[in-house]
Amino acid sequence: MAHVKYIDKTRAYYQAEGYDKPYSWAHFGQIPFTPFASIATPLSRCRVGVVTTSEMALRDAEAEGDDMRRLVYSLPTDAPVDQLYSKKAAYDRYATSLDDVDSYLPLSHLRRFVAEGKIGAVAPRFQVIYSEYSQRKTLTVDAPEILRQMREDRVDVAVLTAV
Amino acid sequence: MSLAARHLEENGIPTVVFGCARDIVEHCGVPRFVFSDFPLGNPTGKPYDLDMQRAILGLGLELLVKASAPGTTVVAPYEWSPNHSWKDKVFSKAQPFLDPDATRKWLERKEAYRALKATGTI
Repeated sequence: MAHVKYIDKTRAYYQAEGYDKPYSWAHFGQIPFTPFASIATPLSRCRVGVVTTSEMALRDAEAEGDDMRRLVYSLPTDAPVDQLYSKKAAYDRYATSLDDVDSYLPLSHLRRFVAEGKIGAVAPRFQVIYSEYSQRKTLTVDAPEILRQMREDRVDVAVLTAV
Repeated sequence: MSLAARHLEENGIPTVVFGCARDIVEHCGVPRFVFSDFPLGNPTGKPYDLDMQRAILGLGLELLVKASAPGTTVVAPYEWSPNHSWKDKVFSKAQPFLDPDATRKWLERKEAYRALKATGTI
């Protein structure tokens, strides 16, 4: 069966809600590409960065108010998975749940891949980026911040999970 | 998320995106994409299915290494359920995407964002 056409569905959904201007999803003629071979490091020695839209938080952390600026933030990748949870409200809550962190942020599996020598290491922190209405903010604020942190962490390749 | 992948890639970091909204990711265009035909929420495998999660991550890492051109999509070979009825009411009146509390927060955030933008804070 065909996959869900979210662009069409959301357009119809928000139109019915009274929003007359449909959202213009990002679209580009060109797709950038860095061939894996160009980094000249075998995967077994690569440091893997991780980015997610899953709005993670640590269970025991002091409750913080929502950051209205919704800036990129990071959390340690060695945090026990059972100490992490997602605050994300925008997912298909009728069909599934976000109770199992590894179903959208595969930290346990990445650690196992390190132990097995398939990848070199996992970056010390992962980045959370909010799914934003403003493409300008994602492009000029959020994405450069992720790049900055990844360079600081000497990340070779990146895994991004869109919840 | 797709825009962030593109930015990293433009700056020399190979990326792979895992997602469940194929049309949105492909409309934007990302270098490498592992698509799972699942409800929004579990792009790296069904909850508590460790074998599937490991396999999907493995697909992504393989794609990272082997993709020879940008815009390469790999479809994870799994079904969410034998029937696809979960797709029927996605984004419908019967199943509002956000619950009332989340909708209220979303509207508050939109207002706050507008205010921050107006003052040049963001």
